[in-house]
Amino acid sequence: MNLDFSWMAWTWPTAAFFTVIALLLVGMGVWEYASPGGNPRVGVLRFETTRGDRLFVSLLGSAFIHLAWLGLVGPSLWWALALSVVYAVGVFRYV
Amino acid sequence: MEKTWNNRAWFLVLPVLVLVAFSAVIPLMTVVNYSVQDTFGNNVFFWAGTEWFEELLHSNRFWEAMTRNLIFSFIILAIEVPLGIFIALNMPKKGWGVPVCLVLMALPLLIPWNVVGTIWQVFGRNDIGLLGYYVNALGIDYNYVQDPFDAWVTIIVMDVWHWTSLVVLLCYAGLVSIPDAFYQAAKIDGASRWAVFRYIQLPKMQRVLLIAVLLRFMDSFMIYTEPFVVTGGGPGNSTTFLSIDLVKTALGQFDLGPAAAMSLVYFLIILLLSWVFYTVMTNYDAER
Repeated sequence: MNLDFSWMAWTWPTAAFFTVIALLLVGMGVWEYASPGGNPRVGVLRFETTRGDRLFVSLLGSAFIHLAWLGLVGPSLWWALALSVVYAVGVFRYV
Repeated sequence: MEKTWNNRAWFLVLPVLVLVAFSAVIPLMTVVNYSVQDTFGNNVFFWAGTEWFEELLHSNRFWEAMTRNLIFSFIILAIEVPLGIFIALNMPKKGWGVPVCLVLMALPLLIPWNVVGTIWQVFGRNDIGLLGYYVNALGIDYNYVQDPFDAWVTIIVMDVWHWTSLVVLLCYAGLVSIPDAFYQAAKIDGASRWAVFRYIQLPKMQRVLLIAVLLRFMDSFMIYTEPFVVTGGGPGNSTTFLSIDLVKTALGQFDLGPAAAMSLVYFLIILLLSWVFYTVMTNYDAER
């Protein structure tokens, strides 16, 4: 069987992006195995979130940070990436 | 007795994972790949980086379509949810009227979207349409082909006609699940009709209302077929919603890169708004 995925138009940057997402999910799985229960808590948003919720909020927020940077500042996204990492750390710490 | 843990049961989830991978994950990955490239067909792609995203975020056409979409969804929710609750409250709870009402309510939901569009396209016409002809006979200048306001009214009325039934059926399901004891207790306390609604019926309907609001929001935000059939996005661009614009870009102009970038931004906005709706409503429910 010849599996041809050329129609998916893979590039190295997008492959790296999805690899990072996959690694994050694997990491969350390992974290859950080591410390089961999802660590639910009520943070600054005043509703209960688990680790999975916090990852989702981090990823979604990071996507909007990158879009806002592109729209308001310019095409160089390294600062947006740094801001997203700071944002994700904040989410995991305080949300 | 000690509980037996068997994680091999997770393998039973595999078929669903495969299904989701082929129907959602792989197409989404492809869209991400397309969004950073350009193509002239023949499976040949050129790296474009973030160019399509920048172009999109600075495009008036995109923001205008987005604004139209948000206004449309807001109007739809503001009409369909209260109207759905009102109809559900007034539907019979027992007797022969129940199946009659349920069938009548289900009918619009059974009609395919393009057929609904065609029905309203003909219904609203001035020359042969029942609605268009009689509205004009009343002295109101109504022409959805030429007047943007009339086009909006037609699309909104069509959507209300098509989808209010869904809200009604969901609310009705919530209402009939309330035990009689609640109403008896309210009667003993001398509760008014409003108090019964506010403190018994509305809280009991909250879960189904959450589903109704989410479904109607997502569906109205992604609306394509009905306005496309009725107005084709016109007059001018007055009813060009994001989905119509997206199809024009992807299939009309064959600009797959810009269309993929637009799809992703569209997807992220729907994801964000749905998450906000879901979180707000489930947490309000948990607090009660």
